[in-house]
Amino acid sequence: MPEGISSTSIRVRVNGKEYSREVEPRLLLVEFLREDLDLTGTHIGCDTTYCGACTVLLNGAAVKSCTMFAVQADGAEIITVEDLEKNGELHPIQKAFADCHGLQCGYCTPGMMLSALQLLSRARNPDEKQIRKAIAGNTCRCTGYQNIFKAISAAAQSLRESDHGN
Amino acid sequence: MYPRAFRYHRAGSLREAAEMLSQLGEGAKLLAGGQSLIPLMKLRFANPADLVDLSFIKGASYIQEEKGAIRIGALARHAEIQDSVAASKIPILCDCAAGIADVQVRNRGTIGGSLAEADPSGDWATVLMTLATDVRCFSCDGERIIGLRDFVKDAYTTALRHDELVSEVSIQAPPKGSGGAYIAFKRAAPVYPTASVAVQLSVEGDTCKAASIALGCVALVPVRPHEAESALRGQRISEKTIAAAAEAARVAADPQTDMRGSAEYKRELVGALVQRAIAAAVRRARGEQVEVSHLYA
Repeated sequence: MPEGISSTSIRVRVNGKEYSREVEPRLLLVEFLREDLDLTGTHIGCDTTYCGACTVLLNGAAVKSCTMFAVQADGAEIITVEDLEKNGELHPIQKAFADCHGLQCGYCTPGMMLSALQLLSRARNPDEKQIRKAIAGNTCRCTGYQNIFKAISAAAQSLRESDHGN
Repeated sequence: MYPRAFRYHRAGSLREAAEMLSQLGEGAKLLAGGQSLIPLMKLRFANPADLVDLSFIKGASYIQEEKGAIRIGALARHAEIQDSVAASKIPILCDCAAGIADVQVRNRGTIGGSLAEADPSGDWATVLMTLATDVRCFSCDGERIIGLRDFVKDAYTTALRHDELVSEVSIQAPPKGSGGAYIAFKRAAPVYPTASVAVQLSVEGDTCKAASIALGCVALVPVRPHEAESALRGQRISEKTIAAAAEAARVAADPQTDMRGSAEYKRELVGALVQRAIAAAVRRARGEQVEVSHLYA
């Protein structure tokens, strides 16, 4: 580290697990997740706050983790794509993306699913416009978005059905 | 991409942040939501030696109504303003907040940061130019309140001294019978608009009593097209007066040709957006619910 620059201790809860680490202030949250915690499901796409491949949930809110320093996440609860699958069971959002062909190359998919997760945790019955706005910050260069849109609608329905089931 | 290394300072209060700025000198920058500053740092257009992080300060992101004004703490995020019941009293605020970039950026970016950065393509300064807006600035020497029209000086330049920070934005609620609308035209959600137009006007019967218009992204600072305002003020609202206002705004815009379009294209766009924004503002002034949002190409 350059002279006069000291590392800072941070504590974060990622996917339910506590981590304490010393980080250089300029370390980006996405690099911290991928390199320090080895959670490589969060992707780096454009690295310029455009594409949303690096989207994670920070205290329940979707954020671009390439546009945040790890020190700013101190004390926060972070959810990454690795948290979706539980005990070998795909999350309804993951299942819907598979069923509806909501991905081709898959590079944007972790970010897409995390943006969908913020939407569906706040609106169980989103209309078409809400879905389109929710993923407006996520770029997909394969699908043309239509199947992603269908996947999120299907996931919403599946989550509503499991709400009624409980 | 990594920014150049910097020293990190976490402020616990606005006072502490002001003290840090004053001690650290001109090489220090404030970090709020970071949605403009961090990309600039990663591209090494900005290389601050010291960064003072405001994001852990509590109680500086309120949105409340008081004595006919909406007071917004500098650290209020765009998404919080978008969802705020208090802010919804002035519909043009929600037009703006709900359309800035995308969900992720709105979850982080702050109104104070947007105004203090004074990007020529930013949304907030353009919208707030049409309303009576005060910017409360805080330093170790005390507070000063600066009207927004005097606060924005030039591209990326405000009236803030290096040891001062924005603590609050206070917006006078327009009188009954006034309606406003903000329309920005973008090529995609995450990018800055190609051009944007804010209109706030008062209507009595068919006559426009007062009109305030601001154009964004078409000069180094938001443009007030006074001729366009005069074309409406005291006139009967009709296709003809709206067209006259649009033409005057088109002339007042001073855009540059860049990757978002040619100067001539942007002038045409301004004219079209002015017509749409006036039509929406008039309907709102008459009490209609009108949904307005940023437009994508």
